[in-house]
Amino acid sequence: MSGFPFLTLVVFAPLLGTLALLMFPKARVESIRWAAAIFSAVPLVLTLVMWVLWGRTPAGAFGMKFAESFSWIPSLGISYSLGTDGISFPLVVLTALMTFVAVVAGWKMIATKERAFFALLLLLETGMMGVFLSLDYILFYVFWEIVLVPMYFLIGIWGGPRREYAALKFFIYTLVGSVIMLIGILALYFLSGTGTFNIMEIAQAAGSIPVAAGRWIFVALFLGFAVKVPVFPFHTWLPDAHVEAPTPISVVLAAVLLKMGTYGFFRVSYPTLPGAAKYFAVAIAALGLINIIYGALTAMAQKDLKKLVAYSSISHMGFVLLGLAAGTQLALSGALFMNISHGLISGMLFLLVGAVYDRTHTRDIAKLSGVYVTLPVIATILAFSLFANLGLPGLAGFVAEFFVLAGTFPVSVLWVALAALGMLVVAGFNLWVMQRVLMGEAKKEYAGLPDATRLEIFTYAPVVALIIALGVAPGLLMRFLNGPALELVQRLGGM
Amino acid sequence: MTLLENIWIVPVLPLVSWVLITFFNRRLGERAATLGTATVLGSFVLSVAAFVALVRHGAPVSSGGLWLSFGSVELSMGFTVDSLAAIMLLVVTVVSSAVHIYSMGYMHGDRRYQRFYGTLGLFTSAMLLLVLADNFLLLLIAWEIMGLCSYLLIGHWFEEAWPRMASMKAFMTTRVGDVAMMIGIWLLFSQTGTFNIVETTQAVAGGQISLAVTTVGALLLFGGAIGKSAQFPLHVWLPDAMAGPTPVSALIHAATMVAAGVYLVARSYGIFLGAPDALLTVATIGGFTALFAATIATVQTDMKKILAYSTISQLGYMMLGLGVGGFVAGTFHLVTHAFFKALLFLTAGSVSHAAGTLEVHKLGGLAKKMKVTFWTFMVGGLALAGIPPLAGFWSKDEILLETFVTGHPVLFWMAILTAFLTAYYMTRLACLVFFGPPRDKHVYEHAHESPRSMTGPLVALGVLAVVAGLPASPLMGKWLVKFLDFGQTLPGLMTGGGAGAGATGAEGAVAAVGHTLAATGAPGGGIVLPIALGAAFLGILIGYAVYGTRQIRRESLIRAFRPVYLLLKNKYYIDEIYLAVFVRPAVRLAELCGLFDNKVIDGAVNGVGSATVAVSAAAGEFDNTVVDGAVNGVASGTMATGQRLRRAHTGLVQSYMVAIYAGAGVSLAVLLWFLFAR
Repeated sequence: MSGFPFLTLVVFAPLLGTLALLMFPKARVESIRWAAAIFSAVPLVLTLVMWVLWGRTPAGAFGMKFAESFSWIPSLGISYSLGTDGISFPLVVLTALMTFVAVVAGWKMIATKERAFFALLLLLETGMMGVFLSLDYILFYVFWEIVLVPMYFLIGIWGGPRREYAALKFFIYTLVGSVIMLIGILALYFLSGTGTFNIMEIAQAAGSIPVAAGRWIFVALFLGFAVKVPVFPFHTWLPDAHVEAPTPISVVLAAVLLKMGTYGFFRVSYPTLPGAAKYFAVAIAALGLINIIYGALTAMAQKDLKKLVAYSSISHMGFVLLGLAAGTQLALSGALFMNISHGLISGMLFLLVGAVYDRTHTRDIAKLSGVYVTLPVIATILAFSLFANLGLPGLAGFVAEFFVLAGTFPVSVLWVALAALGMLVVAGFNLWVMQRVLMGEAKKEYAGLPDATRLEIFTYAPVVALIIALGVAPGLLMRFLNGPALELVQRLGGM
Repeated sequence: MTLLENIWIVPVLPLVSWVLITFFNRRLGERAATLGTATVLGSFVLSVAAFVALVRHGAPVSSGGLWLSFGSVELSMGFTVDSLAAIMLLVVTVVSSAVHIYSMGYMHGDRRYQRFYGTLGLFTSAMLLLVLADNFLLLLIAWEIMGLCSYLLIGHWFEEAWPRMASMKAFMTTRVGDVAMMIGIWLLFSQTGTFNIVETTQAVAGGQISLAVTTVGALLLFGGAIGKSAQFPLHVWLPDAMAGPTPVSALIHAATMVAAGVYLVARSYGIFLGAPDALLTVATIGGFTALFAATIATVQTDMKKILAYSTISQLGYMMLGLGVGGFVAGTFHLVTHAFFKALLFLTAGSVSHAAGTLEVHKLGGLAKKMKVTFWTFMVGGLALAGIPPLAGFWSKDEILLETFVTGHPVLFWMAILTAFLTAYYMTRLACLVFFGPPRDKHVYEHAHESPRSMTGPLVALGVLAVVAGLPASPLMGKWLVKFLDFGQTLPGLMTGGGAGAGATGAEGAVAAVGHTLAATGAPGGGIVLPIALGAAFLGILIGYAVYGTRQIRRESLIRAFRPVYLLLKNKYYIDEIYLAVFVRPAVRLAELCGLFDNKVIDGAVNGVGSATVAVSAAAGEFDNTVVDGAVNGVASGTMATGQRLRRAHTGLVQSYMVAIYAGAGVSLAVLLWFLFAR
């Protein structure tokens, strides 16, 4: 392959960072922080360069850009193949941005074992990037599993009081899911008869798989991805993981890790097994609607601010499932848009909840009041994020929801009506949080707490700017998504 | 011309003020007010210029371009300046300017002064955007941003419980309507593939959409209007919205934002014309709300709440006007009402500024102490009551006339009864606040006229409350009626409807209503004026007899109609019903979900964990189900190991690696067997 190896660098620059950090003496905390920031900035800069070059870069096989491929284990058809298209590239940018934000947010928040923390966070980034960029199932699976290890430690060591329970639950849950997924992948390998683990080639050849077997494989893959999304009823690891995880990790978890699940649907399940996808459409829509409504109602019942945001994520991921189930151009584009908008908005919410927690040392909604008065800047940005979360038009979240439902309408009015009901509940819990936490008499014990620092503003600014920019000019993102969405529509039989 | 093509600058000016105030909050201090006022005045000047340019140009001007493309589906976004939009620009910028200036005095020394002005700027920008939007998507965006501003400003004094509750109630209640409206937008989009309002209208007029779909779509859009314009049954938020600062009530909750629902119906009038049943629903809901809210207004004791119910009632009037086919009548009343109702709210603000209370039974005799406030209140009140030659008279008369000549006798008499009640409650309010002996000595002695920054806007709006009706009156040859004429606003509809090949019910309806539009001066309408005036004067007379001269004793009235009085006093118990039927069950359901999630689902997860430990211990067979169990069992086994090896993290992960490879190996084995053993 000719050309500059952008993708290899994007995937492995953070790993290089991990190794580099381990060479620093533990005590040189300030250097470690800077090194971590610089190493996480490398993929960010590279992805931005790729963004600029995107239009000028010709698409190779299967519409992949910046593709790299080397034979790895030729006898089994395993290769080192990386490539990116409109489905993965926005997620890659999101990963680069949110990891960088998490690293910078971790500068002051993480006060023990800094070296290990940042090393693991960078390792995590390599895993996530690898998942989004791999075009070979074995490579994909390896990266998928790599993600688990640093995440386990990051929650288990730097987490809250029940960190070990949460870390273990996360690990076992996703491990069980990924093992089932692996069965699906192996079945694909054998049944497609291509003799290759290339994701795109198998997708092309998967028409030869018997219908019944295809459905079983779809279910296996679905279970693996569903745990990550997470889809009801496999979601209870998420609130625990979020509550215990330190703020930067919550940010990465919500913004990027959940998208590994939805990415799996878009990259693997739907293009490879469109027949099965159509067969299960009603079931997936039902699960999506349960996620939306049940997630929102459960969020409303939460007393812990972080848990509430976690359930809110579950609710929003339901829109992605619904868009997939509907399978129209608008719905699929909207669902892909939701991946990004939710990544930005939920990341923002966890940053801010963390900022409030750092100062007040509580996440108990009942103990917070009048934060508008105590911490005006943080509260204003939190209010902004909550409104983005409830789908305020003009912001990124609205675009996703609006077009998912606009695209779902021709398929089922009932689904739209139920999702719209869910939107009401979503509005309800977001407003209720504002009423209880931001408004009201300022608590005396929190008087005089410092408001947002410059460093914090620095981490918020790009995310806030993107939330507004994607709401006002969604074309910035949509231009990446339309092609893949159209291709999926065609594979699904031009619904 | 160039201004009409670059009309975006009108909404952008106040937006700039919002951005600057947000970022330079502390540095600006009270200068935020100057900045906000300057930008809004700038928008006002440009609106005047745009109005003049449009009159000269004589046809709507559109601008805009491609916003978002989905491959085959291309969505454009842009602005249209037509006669309706041009007049609305004037109304919004005039009232907003008045409120900006007034608030310099009223909000002086407020703890969140800058935030107030910033939000006011954002609101003004959104409302101007709404007025100019040429498509439902942009309209929806502006619509919701207004809702956000309304929410923020109702909750301006969020330390107190009432504003806190009221702001959430306002957003949630209107959100119900908004969701209906969004579904309506999706429905119409699914039929036409466009969000553009004129194109959608043409599709309706051209018969591309079935009558049933048009009707449902129009009704769903109207759902949004019901929420925003506080029509029954979603009216409950508006009286509570009075918890916000009074200038906000004047601008957002009387003159502009709440009229957005009416504006939506007017803007998408072509769709409603294609669905006669939907139009009749608009008329019925409007007529009913007008009467319903007016009855409640007669017994309220808070000056602002009386005015709030009056606003709901008058918005119903506008809906009635639109619903019976009176496009000009409905929009014209929107314009006049904006001026005199904003004026009335600002006088209420002046009273509360002076007296410290708005409880009418604590006020009285203020006419002597607050001359400007008193006289401007009287002008506004008489305009609202529909006394000639004030603004409200002309527009109200137009609605009554339309209702009468289009053959809606029941709605007509409901509207007449509303007119009577309106005159009555305004007389009652005037008597209690400005006439008679002071009821509270302390309050009275404290009272004083407000500063010039407040009385200035009162006088300006007072003048408008007198003259705003004239352009549509016979005195000026009904110039405004011709200007606003529907055919000119949407030329595409009429020509499209006339030239359309397949004649449909929709097209027929367009023609029919178009006909009544022309027939506004129809014979038989002559008795409307005397009846309307009679009702208004009777209302004033009875009101004065009860609260002015006290020839009829209030107490005996209450005693005679006690059940009715209690029903009205409690606003028909609708808040209580909603609380019991919607709010509490929703909260209960949420609690149940939370409990279910915690106990049942998470309980099951933990249960499965311990169960698989037991199962896997017993597992020896090698068939499919047990394989699955073993995978889980290894996992659960490691959970047990985890409990023991709390500190040894590395040990744990090694066991997971074992699990990964064991799982992979087992699955491989199963698959190979599955594939090759057959």
